[in-house]
Amino acid sequence: MESKMMTFQAAAAEGVAQEMRRDPTVYCAGEEVSAHGQAYGVSGQGVFEEFGEKRVRNTPIIETAIVGHAVGAAAVGLRPVVELMFMDFLGICMDELANQAAKMHYMFAGQYKAPMVLRVSSGAVRPAGAHHSQSLEAWAAHVPGLKIVAPSTAADAKGLMITSIRDDNPVVFIEHRALLSVEGEVPAGDYTVPLGKARVTREGSDVTLVAWSAMVPTCLEAAGELAAEGIDAEVIDLRSLIPLDKEAILSSVAKTGKLVIAHEATRTNGFGAEIAAMVADEGFDLLKSPIRRVTAPDIPVPCSPALLKHFVPNAQKIRAAVITIS
Amino acid sequence: MGATGLDLLGMYRCMVRIRTFEEHILTEWRAGEVPGEVHLYSGEEAVAAGVIANLRVDDYVVSTHRGHGHVLAKGGDPARMMAEVFGRTGGYCRGKGGTMHMADATLGILGTNGIVGASLPIATGVGLYCQYMATDRVSVCFFGDGASNRGTFHESLDLASIWKLPVIYVCENNYYGMATSVEEHMNINDIAERAASYGIPGVVVDGNDVVAVHDAAAEAIIRARSGGGTTLIECKTWRHHGHFTADPAYYRDPDVHNEHLQRDPIIRCGALLLSQGLATKEALDAVHNEAIAEMNAAVEFSKNSPWPEEDELLVGLYAE
Ligand SMILES: Cc1ncc(C[n+]2csc(CCOP(=O)(O)OP(=O)(O)O)c2C)c(N)n1
Ligand SMILES: [Mg+2]
Repeated sequence: MESKMMTFQAAAAEGVAQEMRRDPTVYCAGEEVSAHGQAYGVSGQGVFEEFGEKRVRNTPIIETAIVGHAVGAAAVGLRPVVELMFMDFLGICMDELANQAAKMHYMFAGQYKAPMVLRVSSGAVRPAGAHHSQSLEAWAAHVPGLKIVAPSTAADAKGLMITSIRDDNPVVFIEHRALLSVEGEVPAGDYTVPLGKARVTREGSDVTLVAWSAMVPTCLEAAGELAAEGIDAEVIDLRSLIPLDKEAILSSVAKTGKLVIAHEATRTNGFGAEIAAMVADEGFDLLKSPIRRVTAPDIPVPCSPALLKHFVPNAQKIRAAVITIS
Repeated sequence: MGATGLDLLGMYRCMVRIRTFEEHILTEWRAGEVPGEVHLYSGEEAVAAGVIANLRVDDYVVSTHRGHGHVLAKGGDPARMMAEVFGRTGGYCRGKGGTMHMADATLGILGTNGIVGASLPIATGVGLYCQYMATDRVSVCFFGDGASNRGTFHESLDLASIWKLPVIYVCENNYYGMATSVEEHMNINDIAERAASYGIPGVVVDGNDVVAVHDAAAEAIIRARSGGGTTLIECKTWRHHGHFTADPAYYRDPDVHNEHLQRDPIIRCGALLLSQGLATKEALDAVHNEAIAEMNAAVEFSKNSPWPEEDELLVGLYAE
């Protein structure tokens, strides 16, 4: 298949642009997505010039209506790709997402659906403080009816974006800010990646590391360090949290007997807890040691870089967790 | 501008201190000393200075992401503010908060805030406290033109208006929310028009005229203190820099920008002080020199202030 090097951000934009060309009902909306805003927004990147104001819609600072209007538009036939500048703003549109978009299909017994994508940027990358740094996937993961996608590579950003736009359900599409400028080979053309299919990013036999989004490269870094110490780690990139590829996790744990889950979100009720519970439920006999979670501590994200560096899990912490069960 | 019997030189000093503080941050940011982005208040000083000149130490201020001016005007210590921006333990919040999360409870400053439009409901509740406890204290809420579209604006003004709360909502209309102009984000000319929906007074003032701001705020605050309820004040102003430190603001027409720079609130206030014989050129120079010395010291303090250690990380999640 033909492919080219591009950034995660450009790859996601290419996915959106291709779908906009293919399907006239697809449009983008969000803060700073149009002409001038491309310095900040992600949706506008590369698509505004081509599609113009009708299909790339700049909004005021109104997250409630950004998500809420998308629910209505989606219910009657459009395919909105809307954006929150920071995932931290999820609270402002939580009713629209959790009570409206997520429930519509079930409550109305299938008469309406909400095929929309909510793009959110996540992560504590630069010191921006407690309101511009969070990873809140677990908030959305607790809501039945939503799908949650969190790619770690440029190719997946494109392939999962196209699949998410075509999905008939509301999808929260998480783009970690540390990944936006990371480059990778991206297949050209109509490239899709199914939701609910994890990928084994690195094969190994001694321990399973499960991660998503920006924690995947961090796990790979840890796996490199562990290899030097004679521990062969397998790294699984979930790519989507809902649907969850249980099979991929369980079959890896069947091989290694050991599981470490890494996420940037805070610990208590983080999505790692769900994975640990699932494996304890469905794979208890496969385990040779306790499950370990490497997460941020249960605190708001501190601003000072001196504290931030201790907040975000790193390869050393993942390595240390593996050592405790090796 | 017509000078009344107010402390014009005091407001001038306040504005100069804010400008100097912000420009010092910009210099340090460009030198790589400031972690992260900062939303500078330069150009909008007359709003903070004019409104807060009417406040007592026991009144409250709820601020925004562009909040250094509000904190300084309310009496904030520039050294502790600067150290907070620098992420050091000498800062107001020991570096945990940063530029968008600095507070001083002893001065009634409920914090700068990272969420656009978050100040409005909080200030409303603070106003309830002032009324509930039968005080004559007031709550002043700052927010931007962009924030005035949010639900929090409308819900807060509704609540404050029906409860007749002593809240003064001060909109800093700098004509842009990031790169989006007011023409693009709202369908009316004056944000103050929105007051009509809630049956409260809404006034538009030249936000670069510190006397006009002062007088409009004085009227609203006197009314609020005596049980007369809520006011919306829209101050038309202009930010001299980009949305934040890294923003070159190429989306603004340079001619319009230059026109606005001619209306610099500090220059206008200085000219008024001189023309009214309220200050000499030497006195104004002294104000600037003192501010520079003060802010140099604040930068020095911040650079020498220790970084927080790891053991600070988990401290303070819950009130004991
Ligand atoms: C709820 C929310 N949405 C978006 C942002 C990102 N953001 C930060 S400042 C800003 C513009 C705010 O405009 P305005 O209210 O006019 O204040 P100004 O920056 O002009 O002072 C935006 C969109 C945010 N911090 N919070
Ligand atoms: Mg503005």
